[in-house]
Amino acid sequence: MPVDPSLVGREFPAPAPLTVTPERVSAFAAAVGHPGDAGSVVPPTFPIVLAFDAMQAFLDAEQIDLHRIVHGEQRFAYARPLVPGDELTATLTVTGLRQIGGADIIATASEIADATGAVVCTGKATLVHSAGGAA
Amino acid sequence: MNPGDSLPVKTFTITRADLVAYAEASGDHNPIHQDEDVARSVGLPGVIAHGMYTLALVGRAVAEWTGGAEVVDLGAKFTSPVVVPAEGGADVVVAGTVKSVADGLVTLALEVTCGGQKVLGMPKAVVREATIRA
Repeated sequence: MPVDPSLVGREFPAPAPLTVTPERVSAFAAAVGHPGDAGSVVPPTFPIVLAFDAMQAFLDAEQIDLHRIVHGEQRFAYARPLVPGDELTATLTVTGLRQIGGADIIATASEIADATGAVVCTGKATLVHSAGGAA
Repeated sequence: MNPGDSLPVKTFTITRADLVAYAEASGDHNPIHQDEDVARSVGLPGVIAHGMYTLALVGRAVAEWTGGAEVVDLGAKFTSPVVVPAEGGADVVVAGTVKSVADGLVTLALEVTCGGQKVLGMPKAVVREATIRA
């Protein structure tokens, strides 16, 4: 079933803020082998944790199954490095939608802000949704 | 770092255990990264790495090359899946050169491959020159 085209422009906040704790950071860094002091160096792709929460809120709202989503593209622009102690929120906006060969290509932008409301990072993602039927 | 400089090629191995650890750490529990049957049911050749895992390896290579310089931009298209076998692992090779240095920013040109095939499209990383410690 194709994704509803009226989605473009709609916003989906991540359901809860995320505190950048040394424990979260060191687990993330260990999983990808990122160098530096464990728990204090925040890997640059760490904001995906928040962006993913916002994406999941979007998928839940639209009843899209996560396993039918493949990540097509991700780009981050950073206003400043993340540091432990940051409390982050994210809001995802659907910025575009098109269909190619039975798949929905969903373009999104996620703004990740700190506790002061300042945007620390912007993530742009393309999600490829295969509607299913062919197994 | 000067334009045209080649950076040491980095090879990283991704295992199924890494994908499990990454799923826990990132919150991305998409079963296409864990379960062979689910992956095949949506037309994938097998369990694939999270695209973000591969991009995280680019971030790791950049950190190793620059001594943990501040990253200003990082991104790529996930053009070809990295298939991770149940036994052993998939080797991802990250090659980089300095593309340009301007306005205090160093832009790296990257090529990221697995089994000789490019897995990222238009990968890009930009770091702040003053924060490079290498």
